[in-house]
Amino acid sequence: MTADGSLAARKPPVQTPLVWGAATVAAVAAWFVIYSQLAPFSSWLVDQLPVTPGSHLADAISFFVYDTPKVLMLLTLVVFAMGVVRSFFSAERTRAVLAGRREGLGNVAAAGLGIVTPFCSCSAVPLFVGFVSAGVPLGVTFSFLIAAPMVNEVALGLLFALVGWKVALTYLAFGLGVAIVAGWVIGRLKLEDWLEDWVRNVRANPVELPPDGLSLVDRIKAGLEAVRDIVGRVWMWIIAGIAAGAFIHGYVPQDLLATIMGRDAWWSVPAAVVLGIPMYSNAAGIIPVVEALLAKGAALGTVLAFMMSVIALSLPEMIILRKVLSLKLIAVFVGVVGAGILAVGFLFNALFS
Amino acid sequence: MKNVKVLGPGCSRCEATAKMVQAEADKLGLDVTVEKVTDYAAIAGFGIVSPPGIVIDGKVVHAGGLPKPEDVSRWLSA
Repeated sequence: MTADGSLAARKPPVQTPLVWGAATVAAVAAWFVIYSQLAPFSSWLVDQLPVTPGSHLADAISFFVYDTPKVLMLLTLVVFAMGVVRSFFSAERTRAVLAGRREGLGNVAAAGLGIVTPFCSCSAVPLFVGFVSAGVPLGVTFSFLIAAPMVNEVALGLLFALVGWKVALTYLAFGLGVAIVAGWVIGRLKLEDWLEDWVRNVRANPVELPPDGLSLVDRIKAGLEAVRDIVGRVWMWIIAGIAAGAFIHGYVPQDLLATIMGRDAWWSVPAAVVLGIPMYSNAAGIIPVVEALLAKGAALGTVLAFMMSVIALSLPEMIILRKVLSLKLIAVFVGVVGAGILAVGFLFNALFS
Repeated sequence: MKNVKVLGPGCSRCEATAKMVQAEADKLGLDVTVEKVTDYAAIAGFGIVSPPGIVIDGKVVHAGGLPKPEDVSRWLSA
């Protein structure tokens, strides 16, 4: 595959982009056909099993049988699309855009770029150091670091698929809102002195990367590579998440969750945030659980606060960030972001009732 | 002799990149030293934000993700 790519890059035979383009269109069309048949197929499959229809076990099994292919297919499509989009962005270019930006507008740009810039948690520290040393303001850097993991394509795509576009859009808006406001607040607090000493002493040379010169075929391949990488890494989390969701769906009584996670229990939002911090999962694993909780009467704001807390405030990430941030700064980070998530939780519960 | 630095804090992709550079150099019959730079301050000093990065004779040629073998080969022979 790679040898073909280099040949195509040097001497492009006319048909290659056409073939790749046509194959992509055909694959997407096949995706939609298969997807539309999932519901009848899964109910047929469950009917073949020797379980009593309508029992707890049948409920749990049909949830699992239907949701597993549905979620994996949706994830594949969304990750592919984002892989193609992300091939137009790089962390180095994002930094060049953000360097020297004022706060305010800079926070907004950073949060927005956080969605589309390729990012993995293993690169959080180089990214942080690289941004700060190149003159990106601390608060703007935080806006990026909060938005990048929280408002990602996996979270948005799965929310859209499982709980509807209204919830997905609201999550997008509030996720960006938390990243922008939290970053702005951190910037206002003027905490540059709380960075670890060595970080302040790094002097970064601006880097001029050669233009990537990617063709359409390269970008499609980048999308496929993203699918192989991300779906290959998270599929077992998703299946575990759906299994947990199936259990909740089949066995947890309706009113139990409505009482402890419903709208009337005001303390449930802070409890959900605190509970989320030591838990570490990616969006893919948590969303099937989110769907099942919602179906059982848990309040939307409470569930989303839980989800945001699990993704954005994770203990492992803090341990990694400890290399560049003082404990005081980490405490401020957790406090500000936590407060933002709390506000989102209460607001959602008030809005969607 | 070319000096190649692979910048990255020791993630699996950084390891894979270093191996790829060595393999491509061997294929081309080039004499290179491959050096792994894992220190965060040094990585940032080169202006790399998303590891792995590749620096050949002091010049940054790549940042972010696993490079393609044919690109590595092109950078090495440039």
